[in-house]
Amino acid sequence: MAFKQILSRALRSRPDQILSSPSAFSAARAFSSAPITATLFPGDGIGPEIAESVKQIFREAEVPIEWEEHYVGTEIDPRTQSFLTWESLESVRRNRVGLKGPMATPIGKGHRSLNLTLRKELNLYANVRPCYSLPGYKTRYDDVNLVTIRENTEGEYSGLEHQVVRGVVESLKIITRQASLRVAEYAFHYAKAHGRERVSAIHKANIMQKTDGLFLKCCREVAEKYPEIKYEEVVIDNCCMMLVKNPALFDVLVMPNLYGDIISDLCAGLIGGLGLTPSCNIGEGGIALAEAVHGSAPDIAGKNLANPTALLLSGVSMLRHLELHDKADRIQKAVLETIAEGKYRTADLGGSSTTSDFTRAICDHL
Amino acid sequence: MAFQLLRRALTSRPDQIISSPSAFSAVRAFSSAPITATLFPGDGIGPEIAEAVKQIFREAEVPIEWEEHYVGTEVDPRTQSFLTWESLESVRRNRVGLKGPMATPIGKGHRSLNLTLRKELNLYANVRPCYSLPGYKTLYDDVNLITIRENTEGEYSGLEHQVVRGVVESLKIITRQASLRVAEYAFHYAKAHGRERVSAIHKANIMQKTDGLFLKCCREVAEKYPEITYEEVVIDNCCMMLVKNPALFDVLVMPNLYGDIISDLCAGLIGGLGLTPSCNIGEGGIALAEAVHGSAPDIAGKNLANPTALLLSGVSMLRHLELHDKADRIQNAVLDTIAEGKYRTADLGGKSTTSDFTKAICDHL
Repeated sequence: MAFKQILSRALRSRPDQILSSPSAFSAARAFSSAPITATLFPGDGIGPEIAESVKQIFREAEVPIEWEEHYVGTEIDPRTQSFLTWESLESVRRNRVGLKGPMATPIGKGHRSLNLTLRKELNLYANVRPCYSLPGYKTRYDDVNLVTIRENTEGEYSGLEHQVVRGVVESLKIITRQASLRVAEYAFHYAKAHGRERVSAIHKANIMQKTDGLFLKCCREVAEKYPEIKYEEVVIDNCCMMLVKNPALFDVLVMPNLYGDIISDLCAGLIGGLGLTPSCNIGEGGIALAEAVHGSAPDIAGKNLANPTALLLSGVSMLRHLELHDKADRIQKAVLETIAEGKYRTADLGGSSTTSDFTRAICDHL
Repeated sequence: MAFQLLRRALTSRPDQIISSPSAFSAVRAFSSAPITATLFPGDGIGPEIAEAVKQIFREAEVPIEWEEHYVGTEVDPRTQSFLTWESLESVRRNRVGLKGPMATPIGKGHRSLNLTLRKELNLYANVRPCYSLPGYKTLYDDVNLITIRENTEGEYSGLEHQVVRGVVESLKIITRQASLRVAEYAFHYAKAHGRERVSAIHKANIMQKTDGLFLKCCREVAEKYPEITYEEVVIDNCCMMLVKNPALFDVLVMPNLYGDIISDLCAGLIGGLGLTPSCNIGEGGIALAEAVHGSAPDIAGKNLANPTALLLSGVSMLRHLELHDKADRIQNAVLDTIAEGKYRTADLGGKSTTSDFTKAICDHL
């Protein structure tokens, strides 16, 4: 029952439903038959193995993507002050789509964290995580089907802290109209593009009246432009309570940075963990960098044990962003069916298959 | 499994409590004089559930005399609130209280009731014991944790301003004093109630100075309690672990915002705010237990309300007063009644009235 619903919802977004005018969001390359170049960061630890899985499955599904692989360097590039080179960043800027595996930021000073570098340099302002129960992989929740959209540039994570006097510290939470409008616009655009019915803004404006109040004001302004989509506002503590009692109540959630961090990880927990959760970062000018949000798991690296599901489903998100919906549906269906069947499952899902067995099973299901 | 819960509830015996009079305990366990406690029945369903609590406490022969106070209809200029100065003095004098749901009237020129109580009584820690109720099935069977939330500063300091048009700032304040105070209470509570582990919840990887200071204070206090395991968990991991396996947690201590979120999340795990006890701890050992659900005006006066939250909050209050035998008796009676399933109010899926439910609990005493 849930399986059919999820497939039908996933298959509902057809190219003709997408806004046909080239918008800042879509790459509008659906009709070109030339292969699309996309940047691939395999990452560290289990990154290269699961990236290999993704490439294999995409090849099998005849996805018209050519990968441009980039690796994290071993020296700091002075132009980026990071282990990511200027060329890597330029590659994403040029290709406008990318897929990223788990990266472990090396310990040390004098450089920015890798995720921070990507976010700042590519102006990635929204983190989008589609969260749905995987049929066949049983958690306590069967009917999760929501998308969390998190503002990713400001809010509580502006990094502006200082000591007032000894023993008293302040941290600034910044909310701007520009950033709030930007993420709200994306949230409603996404909802419309993917046939979602409701957008919920999560806040604590009863206490933080000016900051969360401004965020809500911007969401309301955008909501007026989309009368066909229901808009509601939910206080963060109520939201968490509702999520653990009945997650089916939610559809699309749009949130400032901190609440987004908390809620998106909470929802990942509802469906089984970060190893199964796709994620996609949207940047100015329609850049999309999909990424697996789990860790690099160095203890099982190179042992053919890793679960490529998160990176695969993130790749599917990337395909949807590129409006290659047929290919996206095929691959997503194959992944869900393989997991539902239960014959081939990696260790983290309670099975004993290797990465290659799992990958081959998905290819067979294509 | 239910035995485990009862056993844990019964583990805190007076001889385990720190015997020296501390700032936290009321140390009246050996006095046979009745204790006066302030009671705010509140609005909506408040008076009915307060009546249920009084009835059960009488039946259990709890040595408490209630001093009832109601929210006024006019703003008292001394408190700038609908709560009168006399009400607040009553709590300060008695040092314990029980509060039902209060609906802050709409309007300006007065502070919210909860804010008034918190500021005037210097209530710095919100404590919510959260455990699965045997017999009331939720998706989680094995929740048994306490959330202790710093309640005076952090993100809720109310200091916001506009920088320029379209850019707003909000200040999150963390002080050493408030962090130490709540950490001290958390470890004291853990020791007093036989809990094994305290987890500090934070986002210090991003908010290095503020949450970093909070953690520093927790670590300092942890060193004074070597028998209690101390750990630090990032808030997003914590939420994920809570929805996957809440049995991993024991006592959680948190700054204000995370505490708000996590305590409501945990209430959701066990069935909602209608079943959740809560207790606010103030300077000088003041304890104001409260039901955290709303006043439910739609069912007010209809004998339909569920008094469980207020009852269990009353039990928290009794434990604070070290009246553990009475607390255990009443808590067992409540849990037995709900587990039995014969008498349940509408919100628990049954059809009993408040009075039937109350009588069933009295019978179980």
